[in-house]
Amino acid sequence: MTPDQSLAELSDHLFTVGVALYSLAVVVFCAQLAFGRRPALVGAGAPVLDPVADPDVESERGRRWGLAAMALTVLGAVAQAGVLVTRGLATDRLPWGNMYEFATATVLVAVVAYILLALRSPGLRHIGVFVLAPVVLALVLIGLFLYAEAGPLVAALRSYWLAIHVTTAILGFGIFFVSGIASVLYLVRIRSDAREQEARAAGEPVADGIVSRLPAAASLDRVAHRTAVFGFPIWTFAVIAGAIWAESAWGRFWGWDPKETWAFIAWVVYAGYLHARTTAGWRGQPAAWVNVVGLVVMVFNLLFVNMVSTGLHSYAGVG
Amino acid sequence: MTVLDRPTGVSAPGPSMPRRGAGLLLRWWRRLTAMRTAIILLFLLALAAVPGSLLPQRSLSQNNVNTYFTDHPTLAPVLDRLYLFDVFSSPWFAAVYLLLFVSLIGCVLPRGLEHARAMGAAPPPAPRTLTRLPDSGRLPTELPAGEALDVVEEELRVRRFRVVRRAGELSAEKGYLKETGNVLFHLSLIALLLGLAGGKLWGYEGSILVTEGQGFCNSFQQYDTYSSGPLVDSADLTPLCIDLADFRAEYEPNLTASSFTAGITYGPPGEKGRPATIGVNHPLRVDGDRVYVTGHGFSPTFTVTAPDGTTFRDVSQPFLPTDQSTMSSEGALKLPDLGADGDKQLALQGFFAPTGVVRGGILTSVDPRPLVPQVAIVAYQGYLGLDSGIPQSVYSLDPSQIERGRLERVGAANLEVGQSLALPDGTSITFSGYREFASLQFSHDPGQVWVLGAAIALLAGLLGMLLLRRERVFARAAPDEDGGGSVLTVASLTRGSGESGPRFAALSDDLRTALDARTRTPHPQTGGPPRDS
Ligand code: HEM
Repeated sequence: MTPDQSLAELSDHLFTVGVALYSLAVVVFCAQLAFGRRPALVGAGAPVLDPVADPDVESERGRRWGLAAMALTVLGAVAQAGVLVTRGLATDRLPWGNMYEFATATVLVAVVAYILLALRSPGLRHIGVFVLAPVVLALVLIGLFLYAEAGPLVAALRSYWLAIHVTTAILGFGIFFVSGIASVLYLVRIRSDAREQEARAAGEPVADGIVSRLPAAASLDRVAHRTAVFGFPIWTFAVIAGAIWAESAWGRFWGWDPKETWAFIAWVVYAGYLHARTTAGWRGQPAAWVNVVGLVVMVFNLLFVNMVSTGLHSYAGVG
Repeated sequence: MTVLDRPTGVSAPGPSMPRRGAGLLLRWWRRLTAMRTAIILLFLLALAAVPGSLLPQRSLSQNNVNTYFTDHPTLAPVLDRLYLFDVFSSPWFAAVYLLLFVSLIGCVLPRGLEHARAMGAAPPPAPRTLTRLPDSGRLPTELPAGEALDVVEEELRVRRFRVVRRAGELSAEKGYLKETGNVLFHLSLIALLLGLAGGKLWGYEGSILVTEGQGFCNSFQQYDTYSSGPLVDSADLTPLCIDLADFRAEYEPNLTASSFTAGITYGPPGEKGRPATIGVNHPLRVDGDRVYVTGHGFSPTFTVTAPDGTTFRDVSQPFLPTDQSTMSSEGALKLPDLGADGDKQLALQGFFAPTGVVRGGILTSVDPRPLVPQVAIVAYQGYLGLDSGIPQSVYSLDPSQIERGRLERVGAANLEVGQSLALPDGTSITFSGYREFASLQFSHDPGQVWVLGAAIALLAGLLGMLLLRRERVFARAAPDEDGGGSVLTVASLTRGSGESGPRFAALSDDLRTALDARTRTPHPQTGGPPRDS
């Protein structure tokens, strides 16, 4: 069928609206970090408090900024969900038939995962800017380089396995995205804690930067691990579902096509991360680095493998 | 966590050589099966797979490998010697995953056995100092020690713990399935590898282009290309023949291909076949074998009349699509039987456009559907060199024959259906139409079902391992020195998802409430008989 043009246009407008709302959220999250401090806590010698464990450290003003930023994030997510819904309605199919749609959906999952986490532990509002800034960047890049007109699916994608395999792949990817960012922040936080301790030992004044407003290293590490534990079975399922689909679409369930290879590499790296978390000598920073490598592999798989190498996974209409 | 608590004192270095050798072996074995090694091997495996996706692989496209060789004539042979064009069947890739799997077996078997034993065994006795455990607390109560422990036991049994009472203390455990999940997951990985290996050893695959109205039977001689595992006996192939009745490609208004379907008949050789329709995402499945449509294209047909009146009617040859969006196709037609003396053989090199447009004498295709089929052909006469012993592609002419002047260009034309090209010697070539062809693939993989079963078990094990919680609770009751009551020390040890702190706090609260309730009503109906009276 021919796509419905007005719905397709609405979808494109919603994309812009979503990016605008997220950008605003980034600004407000910054305001929360900048203005939300309690004066009493500033200065050398203040105890290192964990905002996750102790949400009271935040001033009332900071709390309000944080709430406003979360509200903007939620609105942005609604707009972004609208992008996909209108696309789906315009083309009468699931809205993940090309890279533009796939990447948009992945970013949405990451945002929703973050929103859910931040609702459960309000301290995570403090990492909002570090989640949403990459989200805005990703969406701008997606809009610029991956945009594809609303259109019908190529024959190979017309299968209910599209719903099963691609949906779970998107879910897994979005969750790993949040996990990876938590690990990056964990590493940043560990560094700054170490520096702070040095400074304190040397009797120098302790800088009170934005990093010190992050949740404590241990909470970040916990968030990273828990999201990865949640994402791993989903990713495993996505890979298995992909193999089942490949068996009926391409004549073999596994053929080391570049996309399959990188899905496998990502799976192995995340298995490595989960092992590292439970192995003496690997806990903490080494494990976090493994998780960061996992994120890099996932992004590489989405961008490089789809755009540069040629494989059976060629989604229609990049660019 | 360093996996298993193995006895640390490795056998004392004995005087005799064999014993020393055994000790060394044992040490290596322990190192290999340590979790640390597993992590390193996992990374090695990930790393080893990388070149397989960055360099062209023979298993995916021999063509791309050939192109790489032409583009990098000095580098390619070196890479080839390192198996970098066959990464996934290379010895070093195999070495990494086999080491990983040996490590895995060495790790999971003892653990599985231990778990099987633990499933039937009682929870271990409480550690001497309970307050050293991650979560612990004290609960003073007016109840005597035995009764206080009764209360704890009841509370834990309600929470589905397995409880054991020992003198003055209590151990409880739940979540055995977490460990079962772990063992199941790791064992499934081994099963999966075995399934893969079985498929590689006993599986085969053949591909063939079939034009409408033609067919093939499942045998290696008939396939254009095939690959088979080392244990496949070519006499044992499933006896099955397939005929292609018709092929249909459908397109959306914007010319996205929406479906490919092939109407086929299939059955054992010599029997009238049963009809079936196969297409993208819908293979034919018979007795564990599968037949797929992997591509399609056009075979233009020509009628050739020699000057002496000999006519070849509707000869055709598949032309391979060079562009899927317009189905522009290229190919060649060789007629070695024309010209009795062998030096007047005829060959056509051609370009087929399902919907042709000629601009400036150049034919291009603008639509994948056969709306205005046209061909551009160049005719050659001379000696084809087919019997020279050097294999030739059926899709192109041997350029060296043309260079050496053995084949001479004698005419060229753009033709619509029904139009003819007349050669100087009086031969006439008529473009008479086209047929569609389908690329069919026959696959036999006996390991596939195993792999699927292993994958499902793997996922189930994974869910159990990651989502369940294993929890041990210990309690010890000591008489209170100053009063008639006693002091309970309760502690817990949790492995698995979530934080244990809040849960332990909740348990403590419930215990407090239950203890207080029991204190107020000295003879509850629900209480079990006192144990240590
Ligand atoms: C083929 C390679 C392997 C893969 C893909 C794999 C995967 C996994 C995964 C995903 C987990 C879950 C981690 C968690 O509980 O958070 C796990 C746990 C575990 N693996 Fe592996 N594994 C592999 C090999 C091994 C090997 C070789 C060993 C032994 C040295 C091993 C020992 C363990 C142990 C003991 C756990 C449990 C950790 C815990 O309970 O906290 N695994 N494995």
